[in-house]
Amino acid sequence: MIYRSHVLVCGGTGCTSSKSMEIIKLMNELLRENNIENEVKVIHTGCFGLCEKGPIVVVYPEGATYSRVTLEDVKEIVEEHLVKGRIVKRLLLGDKDAEDVSKALEEVGFFKHQVRIALRNCGVINPENIEEYIARDGYRALGKVLTEMTPEQVIDVMKRSGLRGRGGAGFPTGLKWEFAAKAKGDQKYVCCNADEGDPGAFMDRSILEGDPHTVLEAMAIAGYAIGANQGYIYVRAEYPIAVNRLRVAIDQAREYGLLGKNIFGTDFSFDIDLRLGAGAFVCGEETALMTSIEGKRGEPRPRPPFPANKGLWQKPTILNNVETYANIPEIILKGPEWFASIGTEKSKGTKVFAVGGKIMNTGLVEIPMGTTIRQMIYDIGGGIPNGKKFKAVQTGGPSGGCIPAHLIDTPIDYDNLIALGSMMGSGGFIVMDEDTCMVDIAKFFLEFTVDESCGKCPPCRIGTKRMYEILDRITKGQGEDGDIEKLELLAKNISSSALCGLGQTAPNPILSTLRYFRDEYEAHIYEKRCPAGVCKELLRYVIDENKCKGCSLCARKCPVNAISGEVKKPYHIDAGKCIKCGACIESCKFGAISKMA
Amino acid sequence: MSEMVTLTIDGREVKAPVGSTVLEAARIAGIKIPTLCYLKDINEIGACRMCVVDVGARSLQAACVYPVSEGLKVVTNSPKVREARKVTLELILSNHDRKCLTCVRSENCELQKLAKELNVGDIRFEGQNNHLPIDDLSPSIVRDPNKCVLCRRCVSVCKNIQTVAAIDANERGFDTVIASPFNMALNDTPCVNCGQCINVCPVGALREKDNIDVVWDALSNPDLHVVVQTAPAVRVAIGEEFGLPIGTRCTGKMVAALKKLGFDKVFDTDTAADLTIMEEGTELIERIKNGGKLPLITSCSPGWIKFCEHNYPDLLDNLSSCKSPQNMFGAVLKSYYAKKMGIDPSKIFVVSVMPCTAKKFEIQRPELAATGYPDVDACITTRELARMIKEAGIDFNSLPDENFDDPMGEASGAGVIFGATGGVMEAALRTVVDILSGKDNDNIEYKEVRGVEGIKVAEVQVPGGMTIRAAVAHGLGNARKLLEQVRNGEEQYHFIEIMACPGGCVNGGGQPIQPASVRNTVDIRAERAKAIYSEDEALTIRKSHKNPRVMKIYEEYLEKPGSHKAHELLHTHYHSRENYPDECSRI
Repeated sequence: MIYRSHVLVCGGTGCTSSKSMEIIKLMNELLRENNIENEVKVIHTGCFGLCEKGPIVVVYPEGATYSRVTLEDVKEIVEEHLVKGRIVKRLLLGDKDAEDVSKALEEVGFFKHQVRIALRNCGVINPENIEEYIARDGYRALGKVLTEMTPEQVIDVMKRSGLRGRGGAGFPTGLKWEFAAKAKGDQKYVCCNADEGDPGAFMDRSILEGDPHTVLEAMAIAGYAIGANQGYIYVRAEYPIAVNRLRVAIDQAREYGLLGKNIFGTDFSFDIDLRLGAGAFVCGEETALMTSIEGKRGEPRPRPPFPANKGLWQKPTILNNVETYANIPEIILKGPEWFASIGTEKSKGTKVFAVGGKIMNTGLVEIPMGTTIRQMIYDIGGGIPNGKKFKAVQTGGPSGGCIPAHLIDTPIDYDNLIALGSMMGSGGFIVMDEDTCMVDIAKFFLEFTVDESCGKCPPCRIGTKRMYEILDRITKGQGEDGDIEKLELLAKNISSSALCGLGQTAPNPILSTLRYFRDEYEAHIYEKRCPAGVCKELLRYVIDENKCKGCSLCARKCPVNAISGEVKKPYHIDAGKCIKCGACIESCKFGAISKMA
Repeated sequence: MSEMVTLTIDGREVKAPVGSTVLEAARIAGIKIPTLCYLKDINEIGACRMCVVDVGARSLQAACVYPVSEGLKVVTNSPKVREARKVTLELILSNHDRKCLTCVRSENCELQKLAKELNVGDIRFEGQNNHLPIDDLSPSIVRDPNKCVLCRRCVSVCKNIQTVAAIDANERGFDTVIASPFNMALNDTPCVNCGQCINVCPVGALREKDNIDVVWDALSNPDLHVVVQTAPAVRVAIGEEFGLPIGTRCTGKMVAALKKLGFDKVFDTDTAADLTIMEEGTELIERIKNGGKLPLITSCSPGWIKFCEHNYPDLLDNLSSCKSPQNMFGAVLKSYYAKKMGIDPSKIFVVSVMPCTAKKFEIQRPELAATGYPDVDACITTRELARMIKEAGIDFNSLPDENFDDPMGEASGAGVIFGATGGVMEAALRTVVDILSGKDNDNIEYKEVRGVEGIKVAEVQVPGGMTIRAAVAHGLGNARKLLEQVRNGEEQYHFIEIMACPGGCVNGGGQPIQPASVRNTVDIRAERAKAIYSEDEALTIRKSHKNPRVMKIYEEYLEKPGSHKAHELLHTHYHSRENYPDECSRI
């Protein structure tokens, strides 16, 4: 059936939470009411990336992109746009007065600077329909590989493309495949790391939700390259939509003969099964992931032997991350030179970042390697809200570090971030403004690592706990002379002697904040002062006698009766009783109460 | 000879076999690298990070698991390496219940030794300590998680060697704790009480349930006739507690020490071992002759019995109905001996000294009370006996040798070799072959069932008669392998000996604890077994049915092996056990 209009509704986790599924249901009802259900087709897609503005609804052929669509807006879209052909300008994202609405987004910075390779199908196709993937050249790369290329040629293409692992460490993908291809073994495995665990990172989830077939196709290509016939996707159980779409995709691919025996009539057989992770962060570490697939407690094991030689069930295994896989079909189809032409000398292609924190446009963006931090924050992210000053950006999640404002013109690639004491990680990009306390931030990330340490080796199990305890004391005004040195000593030795990457990188948030913001640590320890005004124990709430009108509202709002005074005379706060909850500041109509660092 | 590679350790060229680790190569070169979690063949997981070395990689590597390669350059003793080890050790100590003065492992603690060797002074990283409940509900094993260093040796030995898997890591991060599933009390799990976990523990996190006070109380009670029996494996190991070399026979000194401690009689469990052979041999011959259930499987090892009740309830009928020597002896003491000596059995207090923690569980079995009183009243391990001797101020090493008391102090060499894997089998064969062939055979050493090979098989030709197919397994993992073959009908045997502990009783869970530094280079099982076999060789009577004391017991009291009376006193029964019962204690 041919439709005159297609309505794409984002079905990613963010938009689903803001009722995009109800929007689809209501829209279909209204289409029937208006007797145009045979003219307009509503499709739920994967994530568009701009979760901040969701739910997103795009109407084709006009290409009108509506943002923050509510159930109340649906009627208007149906009646005005779909029935009468009049664009609902008030809901348009971007230039509301653009002559050609499809171009309205062109000048929207968030989209303008993006190059979408890994995310090419997200928000464009219905992830639960294999035909739509195929229509977008899906499985053509697999066909090409199986019918026109030898495994060695595939590995050569991967090596020449310069693709490096998108899961964190940035190991060259082609090299990894070559090791596994050369390893001797009657049985080999291809694994996909979909155990995305960095706080705030959700690129893998978006790809799985928006374009699951690209991962399946790339895994089959990898299987052909290394000589494996079985794949496992290790995906977190906390991603129910992604898990479901993977299940649907695997069933469809099997039905179409794109997974299973003798794919494309060749001798190559390959199948994929899912394994659900139970939520341990460490299971994103490759050896722990494989141990978990084997049905054991998810704990890392020492390397060597590396998984390429002895991985899953001691057989040669490759493990790549979801985003890495999502690049591969395009590299095969467009050639390694095309891919290598994007990015910087040692970091080719693009990287997806989850942009969050104190920034206007939070969401998912895919940028060419080499884009500067400034471009990310101001051109794509739309700058810092409330006119605040940019202070630092945290990349790489709990294994990463904080990059200060004076390094804002650094081009983002693997090596630059490492040199600055941070890392690419899986692509977390958390922006911080002047109101952020860097000691508190270090403590936040360390708390995560302490919680997620598997407990196998003492440097991580006890060392991170001890570092956390020191940071906790410092933020509570109990820091002592020597604490910084103690942190440095622990950090250095945990880095050098922990068993796995999780432990070895756990001190990074401390090391990078010490490197760039040592003065803040010193202020906390020696002056008992939190310069950013965040650490509660170091703050004092005071009432400005000149501004206080004596209305008594703050005293009535105070939950611990710490405020007293006579009506119409200035009130005062008993610091001994005050729990620094901030209720008084919120209640004061005269701006008379403030926090003193 | 295997292929060799050349590597450099601390500037010295070292040749090491392909597939060996840096730790092993360093040992070849005489370079010592400290270790904590590593225990050869049992726990090689690179977890504790004490053995880190610099191989030029981004981070330091654990020598115990890092493979050697041609041209590898290793530094074991740089400031960076030393600092990393020391910081890690201080971190471990910062969450360790450092009650060293009163710890059962004081002076035999691998952590204490490391702290000294690495010159740890003040612990720079004090912080929160775990205060977790102690599990002392088991009659055999006490777990103190506050002393645990999470080296996982106990987990490995329980899971991989014994295939019991009663304990593993629970929780994660700083809260990680070695515990039973769902924090069940060990006593309510399929734990077989073998105590191998205690033997591998580098610290005092695992220990035997101490019954010393019960024994002191009995000894000081003038109304009681306190009798002690000692198992064969005790005499070849107790010397280690007093600094003697592994494998020193201390039978005479041990007897002398027990007499000094005040026991009214000091008897030898070996006498009961001879009794066991008479009963079990008879049972085997009867089963063979009458088409009874085969293979017959030995029942001396209480760890094995519980393992069978949990995991192979379908094989319970294959188990010999014989009680273990410990309990046979107890039953005989409270019946035959009591009558002979004119002592009321209620006044006889039987103490057993065992190389075993499972024996502590065994004496509590309600069915093991043939006379109406428990066969055995208190069971202590070799380690506990050593502590008693020390507490009493006895200078063990200077004691003159003394002999076991009459009338139950004499045993054959067959009874002695019960202490090593294959010993029960060999002892049984010595008697069974004589009985079946009707003559006194000279060839009595069945060497094919000796040694530390996991599963040993022998085909024994009875002169002028049948061929007996026999198999021996020690360590429950090996037992499981053997029993699976039997269950699947892949192999058929007449007689199987199973000992729960690897190496048999000489390596029982109650034996002196040798640290990893010793176990990594010496096979203590083989060394102690040598002493056992030398004691056998030194004896003139080496067959159970030639032991005049045993013959006298039959003559005077039990009539003949397998008699009604013998069954009442010396035999027992078994029942299947639920692995993880709904109703259980939680720790």
